[in-house]
Amino acid sequence: MIDVDGVAVSLGGTEVLSDVTLSVDDGQFLALVGPNGAGKTTLLGACNGLLSPDEGTVAVDGTPVSTLSAREISRRVATVPQESHLGFDFTVGELVAMGRTPHRSRFGTADETDRAAVASALQRTDTARLADRTVGELSGGQRQRVLLARALAQTTPVVLLDEPTANLDINHQVRTLALARRLAEAGKTVVAAIHDLELAGRFCDRAALLADGRLLDVGPPEAVFTAERLESAFDVRTAVATSPVTGSPAVTPLADSPPGECRVHVLGGGERAARVVGRLVDAGVEVTAGVLPDGDAALRTARSLSSEVVSAPSFRPVGADAEAAATDLLEAADATVLAAAVDGTNAALADRARPLVALPGTGPPSHATVVREPDLVDAVATRASGGQPLTRR
Amino acid sequence: MVLARTVRWSAGLAALLVAVALASATLGYADVGPLAVARVVLNALAVPTVDGAGLAWRRPFGFDVAPTTRTIVRRIRLPRIALGATVGFALALAGTVMQGFFRNPMADPSIIGVSTGAAVGAVAFIVVPLSFPFGLPASAFVGALLAAFGVYLVATEGGRTPVATLLLAGIAVQAFLGAVISYLLLQAGDGLETAVFWLMGHLQHSTWWRVKLAVPVVAVLFVVLVSYARDLNVLLLGEEDAHTLGIEVERTKRVLLATSSVVTAAAVAVSGVIGFVGLIVPHMMRLVVGPDHRILLPTSALAGAVFLVATDTVARMGPAEMPVGIVTAALGAPFFLYLLRDREVHEL
Repeated sequence: MIDVDGVAVSLGGTEVLSDVTLSVDDGQFLALVGPNGAGKTTLLGACNGLLSPDEGTVAVDGTPVSTLSAREISRRVATVPQESHLGFDFTVGELVAMGRTPHRSRFGTADETDRAAVASALQRTDTARLADRTVGELSGGQRQRVLLARALAQTTPVVLLDEPTANLDINHQVRTLALARRLAEAGKTVVAAIHDLELAGRFCDRAALLADGRLLDVGPPEAVFTAERLESAFDVRTAVATSPVTGSPAVTPLADSPPGECRVHVLGGGERAARVVGRLVDAGVEVTAGVLPDGDAALRTARSLSSEVVSAPSFRPVGADAEAAATDLLEAADATVLAAAVDGTNAALADRARPLVALPGTGPPSHATVVREPDLVDAVATRASGGQPLTRR
Repeated sequence: MVLARTVRWSAGLAALLVAVALASATLGYADVGPLAVARVVLNALAVPTVDGAGLAWRRPFGFDVAPTTRTIVRRIRLPRIALGATVGFALALAGTVMQGFFRNPMADPSIIGVSTGAAVGAVAFIVVPLSFPFGLPASAFVGALLAAFGVYLVATEGGRTPVATLLLAGIAVQAFLGAVISYLLLQAGDGLETAVFWLMGHLQHSTWWRVKLAVPVVAVLFVVLVSYARDLNVLLLGEEDAHTLGIEVERTKRVLLATSSVVTAAAVAVSGVIGFVGLIVPHMMRLVVGPDHRILLPTSALAGAVFLVATDTVARMGPAEMPVGIVTAALGAPFFLYLLRDREVHEL
C-alpha cells in the first residue's frame, strides 16, 4: 500500500505539487486524473523515489521511500513510464528481462524464478510472440505493452502506470486496464495516471482528481466525476451520464460556448430528448425540461448539465405542482422543443407553447415548425431570437 | 544463453588475436619466418612446477634459434604487439562504455578530456626539462586523470551529473587544453618533433615495461566494467527508467566514468593519442553481436586489440614508419562512413 502524506514537490523553484495526502490500499486501483500539468506524473515520481518531496512523505508498506535505496524501491514499486525512446536495439525478451534487475546479483545469471517471471509477464501483456523482435521495430502501442511487461517482470506489490493507454488502440486500452484491474484484484496496489475519464471510471476503484498540483477530490469515480468538480479541474463544462453499457460514468466535454442568452424548454423524454438537451447545452443554450418521469434518460442528462428540470414519479398522473412548475419554465423560455411524442400534461403544455419547434415523428400540434434533428439548434435559435441565428464557434 | 554466446565470440576473437599477433611477428624488415616466431615463443614459455625446493619455473622447450632472430622477436616485435593489443583492448573497452554511458554514437574514450589531458601532461613533460621515474607515461597518466576529474567536477551540481552537461564540459575543457598544448608546442624548441610524434599516437618505443605498466590496470578495470555490463544495459533505457529498475544512477555513473577514464588514461599514457579505435570498434561489434553489454564489452575489447595490432603492423610495414594513429584514422574513417551509409548506426 502507498501512503502519501502532505507531499509538496518543487521543480526548478516552481511548486508543482502541494499538500497532497492520499492512501491506496492493497488490492486497490487508483486513477490519477486531471488536466495536463496537474502534477500526476510528479506524484508518481514521488512514489517511486525519482523525485524527493520538499515536504511530507511517501511510504510504501509503511516504509518511507526516501529511506530506501533505488534497488530496495524497485523491489517494491514497478513503474511503467509514459514512453521510452531508448534501447531500441534490444529485443523485447531482453528488455522485459531487465525488469528482473532488482532481483539479480551483479554476477548472477538468470534463474528459474527470473525466467518464469519474464515468461508470465510476456504472456499476460500479449507480447510473447514479439519476444525476438527488436524494440525499434515495434509500433508505439506494442512498445507500451512491452514496458508494461517489463514492470510486471519486476513482480512488485506496487505498480505505477503513467498514461498506460495513451498510445493504444481501443482494444488494447481496455485490455491494458483490465490487466491492471486484475493486478489489483490479485492484491497489488495499482496507481495509474489516466487521461480518459471514462476508462478511469470504468476500471478504477477510486479516482484522485488533481489540478494545479492540488488534490481536489478523491473517492469512487461516480462521486468524483461530477460536472461541477470536473469544471473546476479542467475548466470545461461537461455532461456526466451513466454509460448504459458499463454503468460507469460517461463524461462528455462540451464545446466552450458563451453562456446562453437564449433559453429553451424541452418537452418529451427518452434517448432522443436527452440528445436534444445535450446538443442545445453544447450550443450555449440554457435548457430547461419537463415534466419528465423519474429515471428518464433526458432527465439524467439534463440534471447532469445542471439544467432546471421538473420531474414526476413514473406511471402516475402528473400532479398539479409539477404541472405548474413546468408551465413556469415553459413560459420563461424563448422557445420550446418537442423532442418526443407526448401525452397528458405534456401534450397540454405543447399546445400552449409558442414558438414551438418539433422533431419529425412527434405528432406535433399544428402550430409547430417541424425540423430535422441536425438543423434543430439553428432553427430553435432563429425562433427564439426572432430571426437572428445564434453564432456558433 | 548470453554467457554461451559471450564465451563463443570471445574465444573466436581471442584465437583471431593470437593468429594476427603471430602473423604480425613475422612481418617487418628482418626476415623472420612463422616457424622461427613459434620457436621463440615456445622457448620463452615457462611452466610452473613443484620440485623439492618449492615452486620453480621450467622451460620445456629448447629450440635452436639464432640470437638476432631471438632478439628481434622477443625485444622488438612481441612487446610492440603486446602493447598494441593492450592499448587497443583498453581503448575499445572504454569507447564501448562511453557510448553506452552517453547514449551517444559519437562518444569515444577521450570525450571527457582524458586524451587531451594526457597530451598536456606528455607535452609538458617533453617541453619542461624535468626528469622522474616513468616520466612520460606518468605525467600523461596524471594529466589525463586531472582533466577527467576537472570535467566531472564542473559538470556536477548537487550530487547529480547530467550527461549532457558532462558532454559539453568535456568539449569546453578539451578546447581549453588544446590551447595549452598549442602554447606548449610553441615553446617546445628541440622537443617539438618528439611532442608531435607522441600526439599522433604510436607504438614505436614499445617495451615490456610499458606493457607491464598498462596490463594490470586494464585487466583489473576490465573485470570491474564487465561486472557493470547489466547496469550499462539498463542505463541505455534512460536514467529515469534505470532508477525505477533499481540502479543507483549517480553512483553507477561515477563508477563507470572513473573506471573508463583510468582505462583510457593507462592506454594513452603508454602510446599517445590513438584515435578511432575507441569509436569504430564498438560500433562494428554492436552491429555484429547486438547492444547487450555483457557480450559487447569483452568482444569489443578483443576486437580493439585485433584491430590495433593489425593496423600497427601496417603502420610499421611502409618504407618509413608511420604513427599508428594515422593508419587507424585513415582506415577507420572510411570504414565508419561505409557503416554509416550502409547500416543503421544512428542509434545505440
